[in-house]
Amino acid sequence: MTRFVLGRIGGALFVLLALSATVYLLFYVAPGDPARLACGERCNPAQVAQVREQLGLNDPVVVQYLQFLQGLFTGRDYSGGAGLVLHCDAPCLGFSYQNDQQVTGLLLERLPATLSLALGALVIWLLVGVGTGLLSALRRGGPTERLLTVLTLAGTGTPVFILGLLLLMAVCAYLQWLPFPTYVPLGEDPEQWAWNMLLPWITLGVFESAKYARLTRSSTVETLAEDHIRTFRAYGVSERAIVTRHAVRGAVAPVIALSAVDFGTMIGGAVLTESLFGIPGLGKTLIDGVRVVDLPVVVGVVLAIGTAVVLAGAVADLLYALADRRVALT
Amino acid sequence: MSRMLVEVRDLAVDFPVDGPAGGPREYVRAVDGVSFTLEPGGALGIVGESGSGKSTVAAALLGLHRGTGARLGGSVRVGATDVGAAPAAELRALRGGTAAMVFQDPLSSLDPYYAVGDQIAEVYRVHADVSRRAARARAVEVLDRVGIPDAVRRARARPHEFSGGMRQRALIAMALACEPRLLIADEPTTALDVTVQAQILELLHGLREERGLALLLVTHDVGVAAHSVDELLVMRDGAAVERGPVGQVLTAPSDPYTRDLLAAVPRLDTPRPPRGTAPAAAADAGVPVVEAVSLRREFGRGKRRVAAVGGVSLSVRAGETLGIVGESGSGKSTLGRMLVGLLEPGSGLVRHDGRETGGVVPGVQMVFQDPASSLNPRRSIGESIADPLRAAGERDEAAIRARVGELLVRVGLEAGHRDRYPHEFSGGQRQRVGIARALAPRPRLIVCDEPVSALDVTTQAQVTALLAELQRELGIALVFIAHDLAVVRQVSDRVAVMRGGLVVEEGPVDEVYDRPRHAYTRQLLAAVPALGGEGGIGGA
Repeated sequence: MTRFVLGRIGGALFVLLALSATVYLLFYVAPGDPARLACGERCNPAQVAQVREQLGLNDPVVVQYLQFLQGLFTGRDYSGGAGLVLHCDAPCLGFSYQNDQQVTGLLLERLPATLSLALGALVIWLLVGVGTGLLSALRRGGPTERLLTVLTLAGTGTPVFILGLLLLMAVCAYLQWLPFPTYVPLGEDPEQWAWNMLLPWITLGVFESAKYARLTRSSTVETLAEDHIRTFRAYGVSERAIVTRHAVRGAVAPVIALSAVDFGTMIGGAVLTESLFGIPGLGKTLIDGVRVVDLPVVVGVVLAIGTAVVLAGAVADLLYALADRRVALT
Repeated sequence: MSRMLVEVRDLAVDFPVDGPAGGPREYVRAVDGVSFTLEPGGALGIVGESGSGKSTVAAALLGLHRGTGARLGGSVRVGATDVGAAPAAELRALRGGTAAMVFQDPLSSLDPYYAVGDQIAEVYRVHADVSRRAARARAVEVLDRVGIPDAVRRARARPHEFSGGMRQRALIAMALACEPRLLIADEPTTALDVTVQAQILELLHGLREERGLALLLVTHDVGVAAHSVDELLVMRDGAAVERGPVGQVLTAPSDPYTRDLLAAVPRLDTPRPPRGTAPAAAADAGVPVVEAVSLRREFGRGKRRVAAVGGVSLSVRAGETLGIVGESGSGKSTLGRMLVGLLEPGSGLVRHDGRETGGVVPGVQMVFQDPASSLNPRRSIGESIADPLRAAGERDEAAIRARVGELLVRVGLEAGHRDRYPHEFSGGQRQRVGIARALAPRPRLIVCDEPVSALDVTTQAQVTALLAELQRELGIALVFIAHDLAVVRQVSDRVAVMRGGLVVEEGPVDEVYDRPRHAYTRQLLAAVPALGGEGGIGGA
């Protein structure tokens, strides 16, 4: 167990290091001059050069990267020009080229919105997706399954922004059951937070559900064909008990594994949903950062997403081992 | 109503198969007009080869075909239940309550996610209105009865923490939990080693005596049935070809198929068929074809490191067959792989014709156990047979084609079969293809790892006969690895008995089988169920 945890942390650190180095390198070779962008449109060449010096962009890329790592672990100082020194505490991801905001602070500010969205969507896709999958596994061959299959296919085939738009139009514009959502932090007003997140949750959750319904159905049907199910049938155990006690258990493992990966990806990948509902999350931050070559922000968000994916993977392994005791955590 | 516990009359089972699209549903007949009865406390064995319908009959006793789309005819009555017509609730009460089934593969027959004791308790609670705690106690009680040591603690273990024999015991415990009157055992010992098999059969025997249980034993192994039942029903292609008291069927079979079946069973107690090779000629053939010197191989790391083979030396000469017998985990397959060069020895060396070689050489080939999975299903068998030729450097396509055709004919197939795919062949034919592939580069030695253990006895006899014939003709050396002592006795000149990675005894076949020196060899031989009958020595 200890060995598993240590090994996992070691592996995670390596992945994150490799990730940050890759992103750094990509931006180094990418076209566009960060100094010019950071300085603004009206800067003369001398000012641009000064900014470039301040940002340390004249140093070799390896030195820049090492300084970045140093900031991450011990904090670092930036010269803000005219003898001014800006200190940035560890873990320091630098300052945004665009608005001089500390990236660490920016991330912490954006993270709750993204987590709100992803967690709610996770709950919905587990309930709706797994539920639908189980139901169609139980009713295989019948009209219920055919209906669910059609719905699932429709769900897979509809882009998330279409789904979101349709929901917005129906619920907010036409039926006027809900006001158009705006993001309210959980700490401010939990009730408003939930009401405003409801549509984004449903959009993302239902969109993802389709995939989980198919996965659950196929793995349940697969488990139902296994020999140990035959044993319990031959001992008079009812079909309902067989499905709810024995078949589901086999279907749980792949759902856990996929959920963890999807949840991790969602930390940075729910851009469409975030933009559609105006949620100030990480995905939106990343896209904005890329557009203006805001290197520190991009590296920061990518690292945050990477951390989320790696963490989610480790949690999935743990849950997997708890669900199936044959899996050894080594 | 008769006093019989089981009454089956004209049972017919048809399974649906995919017919032409849009056409009427097509059926294939699995069981065709089988009738038998079993009295309370009696024991009936159903024997037959794969596809004979014997397991289908067993499943029909519990109504397990209901809801699968199968079509049933005739009538099945177990206890007071008319299985064909009983409502679902009555059928569920029958399953486990009146008649309990023990399945073949004990690993896959238990839910891997739950503790063994909990699974037994769950089944018990279906039939008895008791608390969870009382059901658990009952589980421990039956586990203890079937000989699981430290049953209280072991009841909390999951199936993968049990050995094969223990899992089979646990399944029998599950069957016992609800005090059934009939035990239906479908190949209960097929997946087990011979010594464990003997223990399980003894357990079944003891339980029958103790509780007056009736037993329906389904098996392909006539030897297993001979020891455990009073009456035999021989099935072939879905029909019962012969039925009678076990002694009569085994000694004086009336049906020609039963006679063929019994004749094909390799036995320990009949005179060995003469081996075609002249041992004298083999002895002075000079340098052995293969020679292994203190071969060792370990697997795993650190504390989990185990020696699969712990220092084995042996040699095989041209035209000679060395049999290697041992139970699962004895290291016999690992040894075989090292002889062929598929596995690098940890220490020690392998000489082929006196020369040390590395890796796989054309002169040494292998025939594998499962002919279905050792042939690529997506390539024609001609391609598979041509592989070793190409590997040996043959580039002339016409020559390869000619050689493949020649080999197919040689192993009893047709040259025209070369463009067919593995699924178009039966198990025995696939193994012939495997042998043809091994023969392709004109090897000096073929290592056969359980070459016939996946085959029915009549097919088994044909394949071993083919191997012997090829050996006579081509003078190749054979290493024949198997767990079945009787088969090894039949095909080998010399035999090595392996246990725990070591050869505990080696010598000429007659010496080892008739005058075993090592206690383990004696134990193995004693565990083999004898057929009885004309051979004499091992009575039923």
